[in-house]
Amino acid sequence: MEDWKNGGFGLYLHWPFCQSKCPYCDFNSHVAANIDQKRWQRAYLAEIDRIGAETPGRLLNSVFFGGGTPSLMEPELVAAILERVRGTWVQANDLEVTLEANPGSVEAGRFRGYREAGVNRVSMGIQSLNDADLRKLGRLHTVSEARAAFDVARQTFDRVSFDLIYARQDQSLSDWEHELGEALSMAADHLSMYQLTVEEGTAFGDRFKRGKLRGLPEEDTSADMYQRTQEICEAAGLPAYEVSNHAAKGSESRHNLIYWRAGDYAGIGPGAHGRLTLDGVRLATEAPKPPGDWLQRVERDGTGELPRGAIDRSEQALEYLMMALRLREGLDLTRYERLAGSPVDARKVTDLEEIGMVEVSADRVRATAAGRMVLNSVIADLAGD
Amino acid sequence: MTQLDLIRNFSIVAHIDHGKSTLADRLIQSTGTVADRDMKAQLLDSMDIERERGITIKANTVRIEYPAKDGKTYVLNLIDTPGHVDFAYEVSRSMRAVEGSLLVVDASQGVEAQTLANVYQALDAGHEIVPVLNKIDLPAAEPDRIRQQIEDVIGLDASDAVLISAKSGLGIPDVLEAIVTRLPAPKGERDAPLKAMLVDSWYDAYLGVVVMIRVMDGVIRKGDRVRMMQTNAVYGIDKLAVLKPQMVDIPELGPGEIGIFTASIKQVRDTRVGDTITHERKGCEKALDGFKPAQPVVFCGLFPVDANEFEALREAIEKLALNDASFSYEMETSAALGFGFRCGFLGLLHLEVVRDRLEREYDIDLITTAPSVVYQIYMKDGTVQELHNPADMPDLTYVDHIEEPRIKATIMVPDDYLGDILKLCQDRRGIQLDLSYAGSRAMVVYDLPLNEVVFDFYDRLKSVTKGYASFDYAITGYREDFLVKMSVLVNDEPVDALSMMVHRDRADMRGRAMVEKLKELIPRHMFKIPIQAAIGGRVIARETLSAMRKDVTAKCYGGDATRKRKLLDKQKAGKKKMRQFGKVEIPQQAFINALKMDG
Ligand SMILES: Nc1nc2c(ncn2[C@@H]2O[C@H](COP(=O)(O)OP(=O)(O)OP(=O)(O)O)[C@@H](O)[C@H]2O)c(=O)[nH]1
Ligand SMILES: C[S@@+](CC[C@H](N)C(=O)[O-])C[C@H]1O[C@@H](n2cnc3c(N)ncnc32)[C@H](O)[C@@H]1O
Ligand code: SF4
Ligand SMILES: [Mg+2]
Repeated sequence: MEDWKNGGFGLYLHWPFCQSKCPYCDFNSHVAANIDQKRWQRAYLAEIDRIGAETPGRLLNSVFFGGGTPSLMEPELVAAILERVRGTWVQANDLEVTLEANPGSVEAGRFRGYREAGVNRVSMGIQSLNDADLRKLGRLHTVSEARAAFDVARQTFDRVSFDLIYARQDQSLSDWEHELGEALSMAADHLSMYQLTVEEGTAFGDRFKRGKLRGLPEEDTSADMYQRTQEICEAAGLPAYEVSNHAAKGSESRHNLIYWRAGDYAGIGPGAHGRLTLDGVRLATEAPKPPGDWLQRVERDGTGELPRGAIDRSEQALEYLMMALRLREGLDLTRYERLAGSPVDARKVTDLEEIGMVEVSADRVRATAAGRMVLNSVIADLAGD
Repeated sequence: MTQLDLIRNFSIVAHIDHGKSTLADRLIQSTGTVADRDMKAQLLDSMDIERERGITIKANTVRIEYPAKDGKTYVLNLIDTPGHVDFAYEVSRSMRAVEGSLLVVDASQGVEAQTLANVYQALDAGHEIVPVLNKIDLPAAEPDRIRQQIEDVIGLDASDAVLISAKSGLGIPDVLEAIVTRLPAPKGERDAPLKAMLVDSWYDAYLGVVVMIRVMDGVIRKGDRVRMMQTNAVYGIDKLAVLKPQMVDIPELGPGEIGIFTASIKQVRDTRVGDTITHERKGCEKALDGFKPAQPVVFCGLFPVDANEFEALREAIEKLALNDASFSYEMETSAALGFGFRCGFLGLLHLEVVRDRLEREYDIDLITTAPSVVYQIYMKDGTVQELHNPADMPDLTYVDHIEEPRIKATIMVPDDYLGDILKLCQDRRGIQLDLSYAGSRAMVVYDLPLNEVVFDFYDRLKSVTKGYASFDYAITGYREDFLVKMSVLVNDEPVDALSMMVHRDRADMRGRAMVEKLKELIPRHMFKIPIQAAIGGRVIARETLSAMRKDVTAKCYGGDATRKRKLLDKQKAGKKKMRQFGKVEIPQQAFINALKMDG
């Protein structure tokens, strides 16, 4: 069996536009006045055809519309894309089709259209259940708008997830516990909760450099927040299946599991990355970030991609290790050894086990709850030579 | 060849930062030696480390031509020297190659410790001295007062000191005239057998070993076969040039001239500064007095992080030593660190500079062990051992007593800060020898143990006096004291490279400072790490570095795979700057920084 089949195959589509740019965001998102959605449609369809021709007969497990703000796409555009997808690959019985949505009232008005187009899961960027903090995060929606949009989503789709950003400026542990309680009472089947990361090149990043981003929690507080989040969600029946992702049993995001299980994924759209195993060679694909550049490339050259690079087995093993340890299910040692050509250093595993960072059973290494909190160090340790 | 009476050779000397290199810039520029468009500030400070730190480390020679007011054109060889104490050997070495010195004094700061030290050296070398008062453009400049100070403190006639601003160029023509009229021309016999002094040498990636000489007698030409009198090595001259400051070929060099040659020199060891070079045949009889060898005062071990780089390190050290006669080395092995070298330096800055140069110019990552001075261990059987490395301390039952090196330190300081200085010296086990005043400046002389001074005394001195104190020292001898070896345990394992000799009365304090410092310097690990200082089996200080609590990337999706993998590769490279002791990784920088105390 080819290695990628352990993870499955998915399609990622990137929609690069937003209504405004959030100050913490380093995603490939742009604000544009006029977007010719018909022109974008032609480009997406052409790209689906191109990748489809390279991966004939593959079983497709997931489609993900990510952004940017894909809920700015016309339902007709989403419908046309999904129709082409269905004509291109064999669909898995449980094909997951997710669309990232911002929780504004306008977006909610398009939910029905998305469902009819074939979307069966939405992931909503609610970010906070506190109006003052939403403003600090530069978000355009209010808490009540978000709740209303969420209700529409719940009535429209079987599966709804939402995102929260915590460890924000001036947020205390008890503030967060309270907010988390409210979030859990909204009864989503999936929650993504990210601690605020100050990214270089963003407005927050610049403010931070100038010492103007105050009130961020200290390491101890953010560690406590993370720990409490794990305990509270576990008790509420939404355990973490990945570092920042929680789900009821069976409601895990199949799409993201493809990434963390190092499956294959086609990436279409500006700045999209992909991993495709073709003729036994695993390739990394990447597209230019500026939306105009990507469009032009597709139209002029018949491909939106930059030149591809091959990833050798040892690099693949490293990527697998890095991704798989984020998951509660952990790393399959046999699979790792097949890729790397040599097993994970047993002494390092034992050392990490001794200090309670990992546990080993049934041919898998998993990060423990403690290990997940310092996962970067655990990974660096296991990956080091 | 230039007529002797049309040559002037001089060094520019001063306390650190008084503007030597800037004066050299102006002399080079105003004589058109370097075109304006190619000029930059402190042109001669060409090493990266010099530019970064804004100080001169290596002495540099330039030949300039100056049409004087008397209608004749003179050849001037100037040597810009470093001001920091740690590089004093460069100064004394340079002085041997010239007949005069420009003594630069910052007119806003006045006479400092290094000003004094330089004057004594210049007099020692038989130099004519021209005092130059610099920075008169500064509002705080007081040329009249400083002139008086020079006469009072140094006893040098400063009535015709030249007043300049090296920055603006004011007074530069006067300096040039003073050089020609007040400094002596060199002496020498053109027809005598060749006698040249090997002043400096360095390794050039394209030319190989480059040798700088000062011709005393005779003439040297391209193609000549010459002999190094100390090593008896014979070489044929491939290239003969002068520095302007880039190399310009020249057919011959006669008495009084300074220039460089290359000669396909394979054995780096064949070129010893201070050696005399003569012709292979019909050579001169008597060699010049060599240079007094430099006496290293701080020692530390240098080990390659990657054991495979030992040979590369050996080669790099040999090449570097060629360019730095004040640095000594010998091979050493350590259980924890493998093969390396025990190296001697003139001070901690010197140590840092050498380590930096090895890392940068030769691309070798190094572990530096805790620096130490040399102790004399008097054994009960009557023998005496030199201890360069505290890790080698013999079993105490065989030791009768231990002696440590002492210095005489001269400190000049505005009297506002005198109290702080006296306290600092007292804290460092100093004995006051003298205290005198020149105006509002005090001059204090202390007898101090070298090991209390070598690591961070200079930094402390600067910080407690806001930079207003200056300092110079000389080794005076050895004296017995109650010294003990303090070892350091990290995660319950002894780290040899961190052990040090301390005075028993100061051990608790130093142990405490050391473990606190290490706690800051060692990055947190996934587990908590006890850090202890101990004497014999007894722990005298302890700290615990708590475990890291959170280090995880919040988001990681498909698009991040490549970025994260590359980050991981970079981390691996970063780990190369660490050394593993048991399960703990210690950054190489920690070995030196742990010794710098805040008190
Ligand atoms: N205002 C003023 N500043 C000057 C003058 N000459 C030099 N400086 C400044 O003084 C500082 C030190 O100058 P350098 O020429 O590097 O001093 P140095 O004596 O060569 O220093 P070391 O080689 O480290 O001993 C620099 O910042 C110069 O710009 C001057 O005439 N006036
Ligand atoms: C692709 S992004 C944005 C999706 C959608 N446009 C939105 O903003 O709701 C997916 C999620 O990443 C999270 N995120 C983005 N930037 C972040 C940052 N700097 N720190 C923590 N989480 C961040 C947010 O929770 C966001 O919903
Ligand atoms: S966080 Fe979402 S809405 Fe905000 S700029 Fe980024 S992609 Fe757009
Ligand atoms: Mg200088």
